Amino acid sequence: MKFIDEYRNPEKVKSLLREIEAITTHPWTLMEICGGQTHAFLHHGLDEMLPGEIELVHGPGCPVCVTPLEQIDKAIAIASRPEVIFTSYGDMLRVPGSSQDLFSVRAKGGDVRVVYSPLDAVQIAEVNPDKQVVFFAIGFETTAPANAMAVMQARQRGVHNFSVLISHVCVPPAMEAILGSKNNRVQAFLAAGHVCAVMGYHEYPQIAAKYKVPIVVTGFEPVDLLVGVLAAIKQLEAGKAEVENAYERTVSFNGNPSAQEMINTVFQPVDRKWRGIGSIPQSGLGLRPEFTEFDAEERFSVGEIVTQESPLCIAGEILQGMKKPPQCSAYGKECTPQSPLGAPMVSAEGACSAYYRYHRSEVTT
Amino acid sequence: MNNNFDFQGYTCPVPIQPKDTVMLGHGSGGKLSHDLINRLFLPELGKAAPRALDDSAVLTLNGQRLAFTTDSHVVSPLFFPGGDIGRLAICGTVNDLAMAGAKPYALTCGFVVEEGLSFEILQRVVQSMREAAAEAGVFIAAGDTKVVQKGGADKLFINTSGIGTIADGINISGANAKLGDVVIVSGSIGDHGIAVLSAREGLGFETALESDVAPLNYLVDAMLNAGEVHVLRDPTRGGLATSLVEISEQSNAAIEIDEQTLPFKPAVKAACEMLGFDPLFIANEGKLVAFVKESDADKVLDAMKKTKYGGDAAVIGRVIEAGKSQVRLKTAIGGTRLVDMLPGEMLPRIC
Repeated sequence: MKFIDEYRNPEKVKSLLREIEAITTHPWTLMEICGGQTHAFLHHGLDEMLPGEIELVHGPGCPVCVTPLEQIDKAIAIASRPEVIFTSYGDMLRVPGSSQDLFSVRAKGGDVRVVYSPLDAVQIAEVNPDKQVVFFAIGFETTAPANAMAVMQARQRGVHNFSVLISHVCVPPAMEAILGSKNNRVQAFLAAGHVCAVMGYHEYPQIAAKYKVPIVVTGFEPVDLLVGVLAAIKQLEAGKAEVENAYERTVSFNGNPSAQEMINTVFQPVDRKWRGIGSIPQSGLGLRPEFTEFDAEERFSVGEIVTQESPLCIAGEILQGMKKPPQCSAYGKECTPQSPLGAPMVSAEGACSAYYRYHRSEVTT
Repeated sequence: MNNNFDFQGYTCPVPIQPKDTVMLGHGSGGKLSHDLINRLFLPELGKAAPRALDDSAVLTLNGQRLAFTTDSHVVSPLFFPGGDIGRLAICGTVNDLAMAGAKPYALTCGFVVEEGLSFEILQRVVQSMREAAAEAGVFIAAGDTKVVQKGGADKLFINTSGIGTIADGINISGANAKLGDVVIVSGSIGDHGIAVLSAREGLGFETALESDVAPLNYLVDAMLNAGEVHVLRDPTRGGLATSLVEISEQSNAAIEIDEQTLPFKPAVKAACEMLGFDPLFIANEGKLVAFVKESDADKVLDAMKKTKYGGDAAVIGRVIEAGKSQVRLKTAIGGTRLVDMLPGEMLPRIC
């Protein structure tokens, strides 16, 4: 397939692996930020082809994984109401709240629908004027522009029966939280290419300088991933800590200004809880005051739902790279994609799910 | 900011998942379906059915071995590129019989019709069934009709049951994969699932792709005449991945397949890339996967290629170890990974 096959070329992969092997003289720990990158490493078997000195730890960039339990509980409360059509990206339906998931709400008669775009949800609201249509707006800076556009269109078209339940999070505060942790093991970041396509990477030089870590903007195909790894290892071996763009065909320094403008028009930074990690100051996006009429939390009075997460799964340590999925005693036993105990086992982008799907047999100890 | 952030104080929830209702995923053909069958249906109903996990039951009646199977069809939309629910209902059951190595003989069909369905639509579906049955060389021996009130069903559901005879010397089962067996698929993978998906409203993409829905009994005849076939399965819901994992578990054998040899149409690959689906999980309705004795593999492959529905048949892997249930994939770039069953409902990714 054009535009993909050249980035999965076995010869290019082999030559990059040889180059990486040739320059690696020390053990290094890299974190790929995005769950899509984790998935790609394991899906292509690339993690096992890297030199043994290089350890990959898997970052928090899985939107499903970091959406906090109480947001899921709010979603379930709203979706269970008879007047509501609840719309969501597909992955969110399987994420367990404290007592059930959105699949169960649908099985019990709730109108829960998978949409591919939040704009579809606005359309559903237009053709169902007697219903309340709610979109579950989750994700990083990648999904934020489209979700912002849905809110703007709803306002322009006077679709007052549309609202959004928001759980948006941003990457740079999470990177800082990880680097600032006293348990941090990450020596270099492979930054999330899709997020940078929207935001650029102008936020990263100060992080690289402050924490003295190389940050390499990296894509998602095997060749992209290895180009990112190679650049990071080169810097580590040379004692450098710079920001580099290894995904130039998609990412520019300043990103996509119109997408950013959309985000800034509708959203503002807020403190946000991350599932399995906790609250990180100014790490999320919430609606600006002038758009609060579209806030589902207010419309359905679910703002008061506060859910405590019970301390039985190590997802927090997994999401910030301290432990790997097989090091969890529940992994592959009590916790599987069919009955996930923690969010990283739920999403296709979650590290636990990726390990379970692609490496299970080697790691059930 | 966050300079003394301590992650160890934070943990992830262990939510309680109620298992008191049937969910769509229980019908996906993947792991949830297997759980339902193994936990509920088999203990209650399946005690006398030793091969309940194969596509057909094999019964012996007065010395004649018979394959016997049933299949319900609930596809939406009723008409999709390359086929319709009528053709699907005939081919589904014909193929389940053929996967036991049987010659399909007769089918029954039960219609559940929602009040308000037009006669024109019903007529088209039934005509399509007649054509498919004629193509497969089976006849409809009995039928039943039920009409439910509006909302009681989605337009039209069709159940077909079928019976066929198995010749002496033929012994096909998911439990028969042997060390060294060559794994062959009869053609491109995932066409049906993507064609139906693209015909559904609201997905925002169109493709020229057509469903592969077809009767495979003559293809199977040709294969059985050409060499020793141990396993046959049509990878319908749950896709090729789920079929291979089932066979690996039933036979307790490790299977390795090579990504580069998997036949995918570019449109299927592209749709899967866009939607975040694994093409190995996508349904097929006119394809089979076979495990063939190593020394007979070339003969069987040649025979397949001469048939109408086996022209693109390809070797995709082999059984590499006995006594260990596992499916491994050699990736195109030279790595390896496990292949698992479809966990539940297939969900598009977020970004």
